[in-house]
Amino acid sequence: MGNIPQEHYEPKPGAASWVEERLPIGGLISHLQNFPTPKNLNYAYVFGGILVLFLVIQIVTGIVLSMHYQVGDEASFRSVEHIMRDVNGGWLLRYAHANGASFFFIAVYAHIFRGLYYGSYKAPRELLWIIGVLIYVVMMATAFMGYVLPWGQMSFWGAKVITSLFGAIPLVGDSLTTWLWGGPAVGEATLNRMFSLHYLLPFVIAGLTVLHIWALHHVGNTNPTGVEIRKDSIENVKKDTVPFTPYIAIKDLYAIVIFLILFVAFTFFAPNYLGHPDNYVEANPLVTPAHIVPEWYFLPFYAILRAITDDLWIMMIMPFDAKLGGVLAMFGAIAVLAFIPWLDTSRVRSTTYRPIYRWWFILLVIDFFVLMWVGAKPAEGIYPIIALIGTAYWFIHFLVVLPVVGLIEKPLARPETVEAAFNAKHGIEPGSGKTDAEAAALQPAE
Amino acid sequence: MKMIKAALASLALACAMTTGAFAAGGDVEHADVEFSFEGPFGVYDRAALQRGLQIYQGVCAGCHGMKFVAFRTLADKNGPGLSEDQVKAFIAEAGYEVEDESGELIPAKTYDYFPANKGAGAPDMSLLAKARADGAVHIYSILTGYTGEEKEVAGTTLYENKAYPGGWINMAPPLWGDDVEYSDGTEPTLEREARDISQFLMWAAEPTMIERKQAGIRNIVFLLIFAVMLFFVNRRIWANVKHPE
Ligand code: HEC
Ligand code: HEM
Repeated sequence: MGNIPQEHYEPKPGAASWVEERLPIGGLISHLQNFPTPKNLNYAYVFGGILVLFLVIQIVTGIVLSMHYQVGDEASFRSVEHIMRDVNGGWLLRYAHANGASFFFIAVYAHIFRGLYYGSYKAPRELLWIIGVLIYVVMMATAFMGYVLPWGQMSFWGAKVITSLFGAIPLVGDSLTTWLWGGPAVGEATLNRMFSLHYLLPFVIAGLTVLHIWALHHVGNTNPTGVEIRKDSIENVKKDTVPFTPYIAIKDLYAIVIFLILFVAFTFFAPNYLGHPDNYVEANPLVTPAHIVPEWYFLPFYAILRAITDDLWIMMIMPFDAKLGGVLAMFGAIAVLAFIPWLDTSRVRSTTYRPIYRWWFILLVIDFFVLMWVGAKPAEGIYPIIALIGTAYWFIHFLVVLPVVGLIEKPLARPETVEAAFNAKHGIEPGSGKTDAEAAALQPAE
Repeated sequence: MKMIKAALASLALACAMTTGAFAAGGDVEHADVEFSFEGPFGVYDRAALQRGLQIYQGVCAGCHGMKFVAFRTLADKNGPGLSEDQVKAFIAEAGYEVEDESGELIPAKTYDYFPANKGAGAPDMSLLAKARADGAVHIYSILTGYTGEEKEVAGTTLYENKAYPGGWINMAPPLWGDDVEYSDGTEPTLEREARDISQFLMWAAEPTMIERKQAGIRNIVFLLIFAVMLFFVNRRIWANVKHPE
């Protein structure tokens, strides 16, 4: 299946062979089970598995919620209350679904920053990375539409603010928003299509996830050293990797359970902590909430959206107004992720060996949290300036720092093989057991 | 790796900061009051809920509806815990009625709901305790936060209240301390009444809270045990890779 040499699967004679000749499912399962995974993966690599689990949790709880949920101006809010009060275990379904969305995003952000740190986007994993960015975009669309469904005040006003953004597009903007709304304003028709799409998109994510994992199994995992595993022979593959089951499976499971403890703590003891109290007030087009704030996972991009205002000098030379500017900045801030594989000029994959870039990486992480924090603040006083600086750095990081630092930086010495790195870390004597005598020697610095 | 951990820690922190930020809703003064249902092991105080019901019925229902709460839930064992007969007696005494198919008013049944009440422009109370940050404390603070000052704005009287965003609320002080005669003989005071109705409204908004927290404890204990087991299984499985002969 992939380009990593792996033991060939031989079905047992009889039924297994009969099936295998017609549908090579046994080969697929065996490939997945024995997939050679670098033996030096650390716990930053567990989030992929966690994401798969949360997709399943969202789909299962979502399907059952849909059996009780209704669409309608009053019906939606009432049906959610019906779920909370009268449906057996309904409160659990709904709180698990709402908090599940938050933990899905915690995992995806951890997963993305892991990828950025270890250079997971670099050749030959560009498509793997881009599919990941697509999954993230569809996740955001799904979560946004899901948040509209209970039809509380934040649902309604959030939907209004976000759909109105399309009005900023020149010429077609107004007709586009009317088309999105399905009427002259955000209303029942809007809610109805949000539900339809909210049901559909998770399955799009599932499909993209299959592609993502397919690409992964073709090129193989990265690892903290950024050094590729040796693929020249099965013997060398075995020195650098372990089969997925049981080694990685059990480790992922352990991490999943730890992550679930956090998830359960929120779901059962503070289920509304990450939500907004205003969403327990029924949608009312006549009363605007004091602050319209999106869910926490959108805040960094919401900050970028609001950072662009008409009084910026850059807006004075632009042929469009700040509203469109903000929209472009927000979508641009996400789209730029897709170009990272070509923006990064470094020969070295892992930031562990990049003495200069690592500081910029830390700055990016801080920037992300600053944007998240300022996204929840009202656009007044010092906050717009902080948002602007944060926005500027977000783009500078990817468009300037990433290309330039890669060219000027002198990377540190890297281990020659994954096996060498692993042996050095665990104090395994070179030559002992199955290890290779040369392996522990480090490659000299360039 | 350290960096990833730091990133996760700061993510948690940022969540805390940002939600804290929405919660703060302006410069209001919140009373320092504690409730029996707080914390992972907290439960509702049944006697307080029953007294709270009396206050709701006796005072608040005049202006505030409670349309998502069914009469039958007054019998919840984690809630007010009335007997079925007591629920029926409550409905009869309050005189709640509903329309039948032909539009005739008939006495409400236990499966009917408290009515909505839009007349006075007062918010529905079913979810009030969840629709405000720190809901029960907020309600208590409103009820005990009147300063006694009043002013007229465009024909309506506003009452100064330390806990209300903006400082002036359109609800006359509903509680004074002698509004109901508690059927369990408790001496009513303003603070007592305010605590009881706040607790009752928390229950009305989140009737499954106790069930939820109890399930939470079971789940956490199970997952902790499972995690410890997996920790050792994981170490055992990796032993031959990390420590070859
Ligand atoms: C005379 C009618 C009336 C009665 C009786 C009444 N209220 Fe109100 N209440 C109102 C009105 C009107 C508002 C809306 C006030 C505003 O928005 O300024 C309100 C608002 C509130 C609020 C919301 C404050 C906020 O944060 O928005 C609370 C809490 C409240 N009432 C509690 C009670 C309780 C508890 C009782 C019973 C003890 C009660 N009210 C009895 C008329 C009443
Ligand atoms: C990518 C996966 C998903 C994400 C991120 C997601 C996110 C959300 C969010 C944030 C809400 C609002 C929760 C609230 O505040 O009440 C929601 C509600 C809802 N979702 Fe999903 N969801 C996902 C998958 C699904 C699926 C697959 C279905 C159905 C098959 C579904 C059905 C529903 C329903 C019926 C509601 C309304 C009830 C409620 O508000 O709790 N969801 N979703």
